Parts: sequence; structure tokens; C-alpha cells
Amino acid sequence: MAPAQDLEVQPKRELEKKDESTIPARVFLPNTDIFETADALTVVMEMPGVNREHADVTVEDDVLSVAGRIDFSKYENLQPVYTEYNVGQYRRSFNLAPNSFDEHKISAEMKDGVLTLTLPKAERVKARRIPLK
Amino acid sequence: MAFADPFDALFRFQRALDEQLDSDWLEDATSGIGAYPPINVFQQGSDFVAIIEMPGVSKDDLGLEVRGNTIRISGKKSADYGGKASMHRRERVAGRFDRTINLPVQLDPDRITADYRDGILALSLPRAESDTPKAIKIN
Repeated sequence: MAPAQDLEVQPKRELEKKDESTIPARVFLPNTDIFETADALTVVMEMPGVNREHADVTVEDDVLSVAGRIDFSKYENLQPVYTEYNVGQYRRSFNLAPNSFDEHKISAEMKDGVLTLTLPKAERVKARRIPLK
Repeated sequence: MAFADPFDALFRFQRALDEQLDSDWLEDATSGIGAYPPINVFQQGSDFVAIIEMPGVSKDDLGLEVRGNTIRISGKKSADYGGKASMHRRERVAGRFDRTINLPVQLDPDRITADYRDGILALSLPRAESDTPKAIKIN
């Protein structure tokens, strides 16, 4: 029989900030899977506690940037007695291959704290099969 | 407590969470360290709230049992993208989990409520009436 528990906790990684903010609140990096198919690049990011209204996705100068805000007001009047993880905002960005994606066709879906971004490839970068004569 | 602005409040809250990191308040009945999913427990008045992060777990794949002051959380998390995709990055983990925790207080099992949203399970854990501290009038 397979062990009942084979999933282990991944400690949250913090964003290494290039610029320091005045208030040293910690920002976390969402665990991310990225995969490519013939037509699109898909980016899947874990941001527990972030709902669709509080996720921001931008593409500018071939940089994909994602920010997620948690609703911190839910923690008001709660006194921590035992903790295993910390909470905070999420932020992460990736450099995309220049001019490879159709920025206006990027779609985003949020489910169970996981953001899935689909970036359709621009028509000219799709692999073409060259017929041999 | 009133804070100057929400970011300052967040920073203070992050520090408050750090101060209780792996405190000995909760008894983990699951063997092994780093048991999934990670749990934070808060006190709210005389009652408790457990907040558990499990992004990507579907509500249908989540099981929750309570017996006395013992809570068992089990389920599975999947991250499959079909065989045809070529992976650039793989950071998310998937698999089964089964975790049991013992709270050091008596709970009222009939009044426990659970809410799963945005990858976060929030358990409201009311303390049993018999276990609620009562002020004793001093004559």
C-alpha cells in the first residue's frame, strides 16, 4: 500500500527585492509551473488566499508580472498561538521571449488559489512544418 | 490595536506569526516533520480558528473528520498538464496527504464549521462549554 502521506510542505520562498520598501513586510514567490504546447505557453502559480479580484497580471516590455494581494482584514482580532507558515503578498515576474506572444489574447483563470495564465503564441513564432519536395 | 496603515499592520502581523512558529501549543499526531498541509492556529476570544493552506486542492478531494479534540485532514492534490506539454519549470508538488492534529483544548464538535475558499481551509473551532474559562467571583 502506498504511504498515506507523500506530500511534503514546501517552505515559502521570499521575493528578493531589488528596491527596498520603507516597510519591511515580506513578499512571497508563488510556486510556479510553466509549460509549453504547440500553441501557447501556460503559467500556473499558487497563491493561496488570493481571489480573482486581487490578482494583477501585466505584460510590459516582454516581462510578465503577476501580483497577488491577500485579504489581510480576515486576520483581525485573531491572536496566533501556533504557526507553521507566514502570510503576505505575492509577486513574481518572468522574462518572455521577445515578441513571441499575443499580449491581448492572454487569458487568466483563478481556481482554489491557483492562477493559470495562457499566453497564446504569436502567429509568426509557431513552429511550421516545412514540406519536403 | 490600531495601525497607521495596512502595510505596517501586515508587517507586524508577519512578526506575530513568526513568534509562534512551531510553538509547542499544538500536538501533531502525524509522524514526520513537514507534514502537509501547513496549519496556523489562532485564538479568537475563548474559541480557536485554524487556517490551512492547500492551493490547488479541489474541495471534492478534501476530507475532514473531527473526534473529540482531534482533527484529521486528508485528500489529494494534483498538478497534471497532459503528456504533450514540454515543461519549462516544475515547482508545484502534488500527491496525497493525511494529517491528524490534537488540540490542547476540548472542542464542541457540533459547532465546528469549515469553509474552503481560494485554496485556504478555515476551521472555526469553538471551545466546549465545559472547557471555557469562567471568572470566579471572589467573596
